[in-house]
Amino acid sequence: MTAALINVPKKAKAGDIIEIKALTSHVMETGYRHTATGEVIPRDIITSFTCRFEGDEVFRADFFPATAANPFISFFTNASKSGKFDFEWIGDNGFSQTASASITVE
Amino acid sequence: MKATATIVLTSLLIVAGIVPRPLIATEIPASERRSGYTFMGAETRAMQDDDTTNPGMLGVLDGEALWNRKAGSAGKSCAGCHQDAKVTMKGVAARYPAYDKELSRPVNLEQRINLCRTRHQQAEPLAYEKHELLALTTYVAEQSRGMPITPDPTPELQPFVAKGRDLFMHRQGQLNIACTNCHDDNWDKHLAGAAITQAMPTGYPIYRLDWQSLGSLERRLRNCITGQRAQNYDYGAVELVELELYLMARARGMPIETPAVRP
Ligand code: HEC
Ligand code: HEC
Repeated sequence: MTAALINVPKKAKAGDIIEIKALTSHVMETGYRHTATGEVIPRDIITSFTCRFEGDEVFRADFFPATAANPFISFFTNASKSGKFDFEWIGDNGFSQTASASITVE
Repeated sequence: MKATATIVLTSLLIVAGIVPRPLIATEIPASERRSGYTFMGAETRAMQDDDTTNPGMLGVLDGEALWNRKAGSAGKSCAGCHQDAKVTMKGVAARYPAYDKELSRPVNLEQRINLCRTRHQQAEPLAYEKHELLALTTYVAEQSRGMPITPDPTPELQPFVAKGRDLFMHRQGQLNIACTNCHDDNWDKHLAGAAITQAMPTGYPIYRLDWQSLGSLERRLRNCITGQRAQNYDYGAVELVELELYLMARARGMPIETPAVRP
């Protein structure tokens, strides 16, 4: 099961610096662990996160095996106009999760 | 060999300031009771307080989806019988474990949910500590967030609460130490860098950063029993439920925090 929680301010003034927070559920299995009987537990991680505003990329992060489960990201951007943020997480085994949130800029 | 190991472990506890003393069972007065939350650093408290940074909320979202999903040969979802959890499940976690007449024993919230699966949905019980059961339990318990713990007063339950108290007070394991020695007598100290805390069961299931996942109160209790180097109980064992009952009685009136974050 996957779920995502995002936090974008509903309103901002033009030019404001706003903080965006994004949390998604994922086991982030490193690929370096073994079972009790010695078999490698296959790697299963998120490899990339992207945030777009009205189609334009505003933030991207690549992930590697040392990231904790359920990765949490927070970053800042400039509120220029009203519109929609789209979030996308992509990972191993065809993992894909999306979410979106709108902001009103006055 | 065994004696040497015991001496080494005992000296470790003494270094930590936990000197085995005669059992005085100083129960914590109501005015001094504190949730594990108050022992955490500012960052971890902030993580719990914000529903968009608290990873336990992901479990709540998954639990809500499962609540509405049909399961078992009865073809019913939880919502099919209990409708809106926000209404029907409000306050339930604050009075669990509760007495089940049919089984003549107390059941915790996980067990109640599994009884609904077997009795009412004709579905297989969900496995302990697997995400589905944790998510459903977290979703149900979150409906009681902020409500005071009000233990079930059923008379049949009281002998089990008393047994839970005995277990809590009883020295056991290679360390010959009781829950009370840490959680009543030394809650203001640290053990290997971790705050000992008062063992208040206010936030379960919790998201424990060390586990990188949600976990039940029974998982936490089993961790502490391993720490005592005592024979552990299986998930669902009546002894664990008795301990849960006593912990809830001991935390009477404290608000439910589910899903809490713990280090
Ligand atoms: C040697 C000391 C010690 C003993 C004995 C011990 N515990 Fe603990 N317990 C701890 C420590 C330390 C923690 C906190 C660990 C952490 O958060 O990293 C803890 C945490 C807990 C918590 C979690 C509290 C919260 O805020 O979520 C509960 C509940 C608990 N213990 C119950 C018990 C019970 C029941 C027993 C007896 C079966 C027991 N403990 C025995 C040291 C002990
Ligand atoms: C066919 C109807 C039915 C379905 C489906 C069902 N339940 Fe129940 N539930 C009951 C009944 C009846 C009780 C009262 C106890 C009993 O008789 O087992 C109950 C009791 C409960 C309680 C305890 C409430 C209290 O006040 O003590 C919880 C929690 C609960 N159910 C959760 C669930 C969850 C979670 C699911 C889905 C996995 C579910 N139930 C599915 C009928 C149902």
